[in-house]
Amino acid sequence: MKKVQGTVIIKADSCKGCAFCVEFCPTDALHLSDRYNAKGYRIPELIDEAKCTGCGLCGLYCPDFAIHGFIIKKVA
Amino acid sequence: MLDQQTAEIEVPEAQNPVESLLRMDRMPHIWCPGCGIGTTVNCFARALEQSKLDLDKVAIVSGIGCTGRVAGYLNLDSFHTTHGRAIPFATGLKLANPDLKIVVYSGDGDLFAIGGNHFIHAARRNVDMTVICVNNLIYGMTGGQVAPTTPVTAKGTTYPYGSYDPPFNLPYLADSSGAGYVARWTVYHVRHVTKAIKEAIAHRGFSFVEIISPCPTLYSRRNRLGDGLDQMKFYKENSEIKNGADTKEVGMDFQGKIIVGKFVDRERKTYRQLMNEHLSNVFGEQFTPYEG
Repeated sequence: MKKVQGTVIIKADSCKGCAFCVEFCPTDALHLSDRYNAKGYRIPELIDEAKCTGCGLCGLYCPDFAIHGFIIKKVA
Repeated sequence: MLDQQTAEIEVPEAQNPVESLLRMDRMPHIWCPGCGIGTTVNCFARALEQSKLDLDKVAIVSGIGCTGRVAGYLNLDSFHTTHGRAIPFATGLKLANPDLKIVVYSGDGDLFAIGGNHFIHAARRNVDMTVICVNNLIYGMTGGQVAPTTPVTAKGTTYPYGSYDPPFNLPYLADSSGAGYVARWTVYHVRHVTKAIKEAIAHRGFSFVEIISPCPTLYSRRNRLGDGLDQMKFYKENSEIKNGADTKEVGMDFQGKIIVGKFVDRERKTYRQLMNEHLSNVFGEQFTPYEG
């Protein structure tokens, strides 16, 4: 079913750990990691790169412009 | 996950697509973790990109408040006016330069309490502008006082035992004042918000988009509603999409159902058209229609 492979870029310094991206990711590809940024917020990360479809919804939800997703290649 | 440093070299799309519309030197912004205003800015930036407007012809005006900071963060011609006076400034801007697309981006307190009069009169005259109201149901920046949109029984610093002021129903107010386009969405409905802003900008005449947003620091904390994410989940579960609903019926209760959708879409003559028509009738050939 999955035809594309996507990924996300996270700017850890801008993140405020609101977890909107984690909650509303349609394929549950993100989770809140145990890593903290300089301000002490837990930052999201991709659990499973294969799950990401690059739909970019995380980037649309992010209030801090800290994450965005995009398609990197087509998968047969 | 790609690290920012390596991504900049390897991936062509290393830059967030909305960064070109933001003043990145001013980031990070002042909004609290879990606040929805940043998401609305994200939607607005994408709507502007998708509508393919000439960005030199877009001006954004904000008042005072948390949402009032938007004008300072967008890389467009922008003006941060005094409290409540975003719409009068925008009206003047539109009359002086009719080529501009004017967007007023402000909060509920600024637009409906301090600037309430200006809102109804701009809607009545049908001045060609778009008003985006981020409604967080409270005065955020000044410390959580009860606003004209705070639902009955919700607590604020000025009503510690719950508010008993009947609140404004904003879509009804806009509709009855004469706005041509009225929509309400929550921050959860990102795609709908983007589409609504795009439609509102394209609409000729006065258009109004209300976006319900979480305020985790004041509204949610004082009312024990959890953080921004809990409010977003609440919007997801309790919003009901009713396009074309009667705006009389869309008032909000404390933690009740939120009716969202596009309620009004109609064409009326704009202020400038009315002026040109009327003065042409009165003065005939002597009058040159005002085109800016």
